[in-house]
Amino acid sequence: MALLQISEPGASPQPHQRKQAVGIDLGTTNSLVALVRSGSAEVLLDEDGRAMLPSVVHYGKDGSRLVGALASHLAVSDPLNTLSSAKRLLGRGMADIHSLGARLPYDFDHDDGGMPKFRTCQGAVSPIQVSAEILRTLSERAEKALGVMLDGAVITVPAYFDDAQRQATKDAATLAGIKVLRLLNEPTAAAIAYGLDRADEGIIAVYDLGGGTFDISVLKLTKGVFQVLATGGDSALGGDDFDRAIADWIGEQMGLDLVIDPAQQRQLLVSARAAKESLTTSESTLINVEDWQGQLTREQLALLIEPMIEQTLRACKRALRDARVDIQSVNDIVLVGGSTRTPLVNTRVSEFFGRAARVDLDPDSVVAFGAALQAEVLIGNQSGKERLLLDVIPLSLGIETMGGLIEKIIHRNTTIPVSKAQEFTTFKNGQTVMAIHVLQGERELAGDCRSLARFELRDIPPMVAGGAKIRVTYQVDADGLLSVSAREVVSKVESRIEVKPSYGLGENEITQMLKDSFSHARDDMAARALREQQVEADRLAEDLSAALDHDQHLLELSEAQCLRMAVAELVELRGHCSDHNTLAQQVKALSKASEGFAAKRMDSNIKSALAGHTLDEIDQD
Amino acid sequence: MAYVITSNSYYEIFSLPVDWNVDRLVLDRRYHQLQQEFHPDRFAARSDVDKRLAVQTASFINDAYDTLITPIKRAQYLLQLDGVESDQERHITTDTSFLMQQIELREELDDLQQKDKASQAALSALEALKERAHATYNDLQTQFNTFYAARQQSSASEAIAKMQFFAKFLEQIELLEEQLDG
Repeated sequence: MALLQISEPGASPQPHQRKQAVGIDLGTTNSLVALVRSGSAEVLLDEDGRAMLPSVVHYGKDGSRLVGALASHLAVSDPLNTLSSAKRLLGRGMADIHSLGARLPYDFDHDDGGMPKFRTCQGAVSPIQVSAEILRTLSERAEKALGVMLDGAVITVPAYFDDAQRQATKDAATLAGIKVLRLLNEPTAAAIAYGLDRADEGIIAVYDLGGGTFDISVLKLTKGVFQVLATGGDSALGGDDFDRAIADWIGEQMGLDLVIDPAQQRQLLVSARAAKESLTTSESTLINVEDWQGQLTREQLALLIEPMIEQTLRACKRALRDARVDIQSVNDIVLVGGSTRTPLVNTRVSEFFGRAARVDLDPDSVVAFGAALQAEVLIGNQSGKERLLLDVIPLSLGIETMGGLIEKIIHRNTTIPVSKAQEFTTFKNGQTVMAIHVLQGERELAGDCRSLARFELRDIPPMVAGGAKIRVTYQVDADGLLSVSAREVVSKVESRIEVKPSYGLGENEITQMLKDSFSHARDDMAARALREQQVEADRLAEDLSAALDHDQHLLELSEAQCLRMAVAELVELRGHCSDHNTLAQQVKALSKASEGFAAKRMDSNIKSALAGHTLDEIDQD
Repeated sequence: MAYVITSNSYYEIFSLPVDWNVDRLVLDRRYHQLQQEFHPDRFAARSDVDKRLAVQTASFINDAYDTLITPIKRAQYLLQLDGVESDQERHITTDTSFLMQQIELREELDDLQQKDKASQAALSALEALKERAHATYNDLQTQFNTFYAARQQSSASEAIAKMQFFAKFLEQIELLEEQLDG
């Protein structure tokens, strides 16, 4: 029987309040929000009872913004102001857009940063802003259902997203006023949802084909540990491309020129998608566009999409090879994403793996389910001790060296978080500046990889060529986001940056956009900012008090007393302060002051964890 | 910037004896136990200070694990613990028979690269080459261990240099496999 804990008067911790966290699947064509209520995950519905929110935003001439189904209806009549599939452009540059297909039915503007922006009647809008509108709509849906503000969210991203795409997703969440607990890879989220009620262990492959992205992840399950062995994919391949292939075919049948206007292009895409969906249940379907009528059969569809499916299977092969797993040792293959409803996809994937693919969970909502389950653990409502996610980085991270070559510092499929350092040296006598170009990708030439950031290490003391030792450190956190620092080892000159991808937003831009977007609700923004700082203050005070009670012996008595006083001051300030900046400053100061203590605790924790293990071993023998 | 747990060796944190042979089952179990405790997911609801430390600690654990499961890294680390910094450039082998073998293997791989794409013959020849390279790679590991145990550090370093050639060679084989096999 569990004993009830009674704390001494005055030493009582704050009553444990349940925190509210959700999982959000931000999809290319549809988005969902899910949460855990009384132990089980559920997808939240809108007023009309729909779970899926079409990822479409309409910018009206009257300044209005419509999100979801209402916006989709305007796609044909007002194509340039109705933005869909913005996810495909997150973290991308203008050059990518041309290679993604010059036929996107939009007008583009691009700023100095190279980030593409849609030209709408409400001005230039970035894909990050469009995504923020979708995220905001979903978080409002959740807050309405719960009746309280959210404390945080897990947002899913394609496993194959690079650093720029991940950063852009996080920026969109910040714009939407959402606290991101974790960016979670979509296939991993699906594996959580599937793995929940599974007692068995083994290797599972998650094949996730969404509207605009494809992922394949190979995972090893051991007693609640989800270890991703390898991941692969294509962040620009999905059901959208099926639609485009069908639309092109219809256009061909109609005898249309390749250059068609945006409204007609949208019309074809809408008809194409309807035909594709109808072919999931029937063998052939009738298509009516303008005064043209024709028939599309499954066979014809197969001819159109076979090359794309073939491409996904090649990625599966590579992922298995990277995971060092034979196809025979895959115990289960799970299908995720709306595009796996296309029968040919199911057939070809099952053939490839030599076993029937599992689809027992709804492929549209399984990712949101997994995200909600993980959000519940991360926010601290559920101990979650039994579940551990060990994910990997999908693409290698490197640095440009002489001659435009790339030197890999962290290889693809390395478990995160990870930190790696490498030393470089100067090329010329007396060289005082070193340019550092951070890249991501598998190709050997820097020009073929994605450029994430460039920065310079200055004030290197002049030495002969090869004399200086520049240590460059790459740190990737659990969200798969990179930060880079560089220092000269002899002189200790330090230059440090948090890598911001070239196509992302600057800190100032985000602040400005936040101000703009909340200008009609300034109080709301201030309230959110204050609430965020209060949560951080509470966490810090709780963590530190508990730590001091437990580990005070690691400190000098005077140090401990100083920290205790500082905690008391913070708690006092938090009680009455209504300015988030003041509170933020105090939180920052105390964080800084307690860093040394935190390091000592972590060190001592590891030592005691080790001692515990040794005892376990004795017990087992 | 304070770095945590620098005092613990990669073997110590998994409570394993410092040795070439690593019990993979015990290692995996302890790796999971440690990450259960220190992975950033355990600190998501905590203060920023704790979160940052968790990222560093978990990175250290991952690096330790990766070092112990990767033969070349493990070999280099063992020598490093004995005070030998293995600098690959300095160990150009003078073993002529090994050099000959290197040249022959490279030529074989080059020949296969010229072959027609997806030809079944090319694929099985590649597979055979891969098996041979693997066998030699494994032999070299045994050699390393013998030298290491006998504290013949210079010979051990040379074995590492040879292992590095084979590791790279195997990587190239896999790259070609990908090209031929899709």
